[in-house]
Amino acid sequence: METLANIARELLAAGTVQTVIGYGHGSGEAALTRTHTQTQARAVFIRDVAKAGSLIFDASCQQNLAVYLMKPEVRRLGKAALVATPAALRTILQLAAENQVSDHDLLALAVNGQGEVALLATLAAIEAHVAALDNDLKPGEIAELQKYAALDLEQRRQFWEEQFSRCLKCYACRGACPLCYCSRCTVECNQPQWIPVPAHDLGNLEWNVMRAMHLAGRCVNCGDCSRACPVGIPLHLLNQKLISEVLDNFDSRSGMAAKADNAMSTFKPDDPEDFIR
Amino acid sequence: MSDFKPRIVAFVCNWCTYAGADLTGTSRMKYSPQVTIIRFPCTGRIDFMLLLKAFANGADGIIVSGCHPNDCHYSSGNFHARRRWIVFRALLDFLGIDVRRVQFSWVSAAEGAKWAQLVNATSESIRQLGPFSGFHRLRGLGVE
Ligand code: SF4
Ligand code: SF4
Repeated sequence: METLANIARELLAAGTVQTVIGYGHGSGEAALTRTHTQTQARAVFIRDVAKAGSLIFDASCQQNLAVYLMKPEVRRLGKAALVATPAALRTILQLAAENQVSDHDLLALAVNGQGEVALLATLAAIEAHVAALDNDLKPGEIAELQKYAALDLEQRRQFWEEQFSRCLKCYACRGACPLCYCSRCTVECNQPQWIPVPAHDLGNLEWNVMRAMHLAGRCVNCGDCSRACPVGIPLHLLNQKLISEVLDNFDSRSGMAAKADNAMSTFKPDDPEDFIR
Repeated sequence: MSDFKPRIVAFVCNWCTYAGADLTGTSRMKYSPQVTIIRFPCTGRIDFMLLLKAFANGADGIIVSGCHPNDCHYSSGNFHARRRWIVFRALLDFLGIDVRRVQFSWVSAAEGAKWAQLVNATSESIRQLGPFSGFHRLRGLGVE
């Protein structure tokens, strides 16, 4: 990944950015022998030109690094260059649309599976780059949703009850999500207690409905919530279901423009209402 | 089952449906007594979590009702609410929760008769669906 390291060196040396947020090798034996699994890359925060050589990008680098843009500890480090997958680029645009980041905060080093790197110095450049990508659900993802839609109601209820019964309320899905950034989350609100602290069937359902709803029209389908879930709950199905609903009903996609109305904070006078008496 | 009396919670806005329901009463129209009305400033304030909490606390059915489009006291609260309901219904359905348990409606301050019909029709359809035991079976620890 010499290109990536070279660009990082130049940006740091010129003082264009103070930090490069990218991927490096994870620790542990497996990482040393380079038998990759998804877990062996980790986020690195490069501040020193001499360390730029440790940046990697390969199939093990799946995390959406945009999650760090919202951490106060990272923001304090100054302007960042973010090694960004297509989903991370869309996250940046979505965060910009929500007035959370601007051109002053970051630039993106767009990477893809072909090993190409593109320096995108402005949100406008990120927009142009994203516009050329295929941002819709993949045929396989749509087929998966249709598989569940074809089940009857009771089968779906049983499926999700079984899935949610394993939820530990660890909130790793929330922590991993770059768009779940509220510093005071309803989950911690205890007067009233919207989401019960213990992990029981009722609270687990309430939590998962709330998580999905609060990301409706905002989720960019990076998949990090599902990857973070220690008990393998397929949270991406809920996100993807709402992504398809928001597209079908409101003709809206998240993370496409730095200035945009969120689907759920705007409306059209002629939105569908065939279900309203 | 035939003598099952559904518990219905109605979340209504202050300016249209609540006034409409008031008109039903002042017009001396009789309607199903199984409904508990909760008044909100606006349908835009009716968070989906309130609906879930109503079910968790024993509701068999829910009515959510407010001003007709373009009649909202705050101009657009009902338009925002409509979007939220579209997405919420889709999510509930995907999770295997019967969306027929939640009836959305527009009832204006002048529509006392419509309110009576809405409550009667919803009570009847929920009565036919039976108790919402699928949801009530979900147990918390009883300490929330
Ligand atoms: S909800 Fe999951 S898939 Fe969507 S942006 Fe957050 S982490 Fe990514
Ligand atoms: S990461 Fe999984 S187990 Fe943890 S709170 Fe989220 S859904 Fe529950």
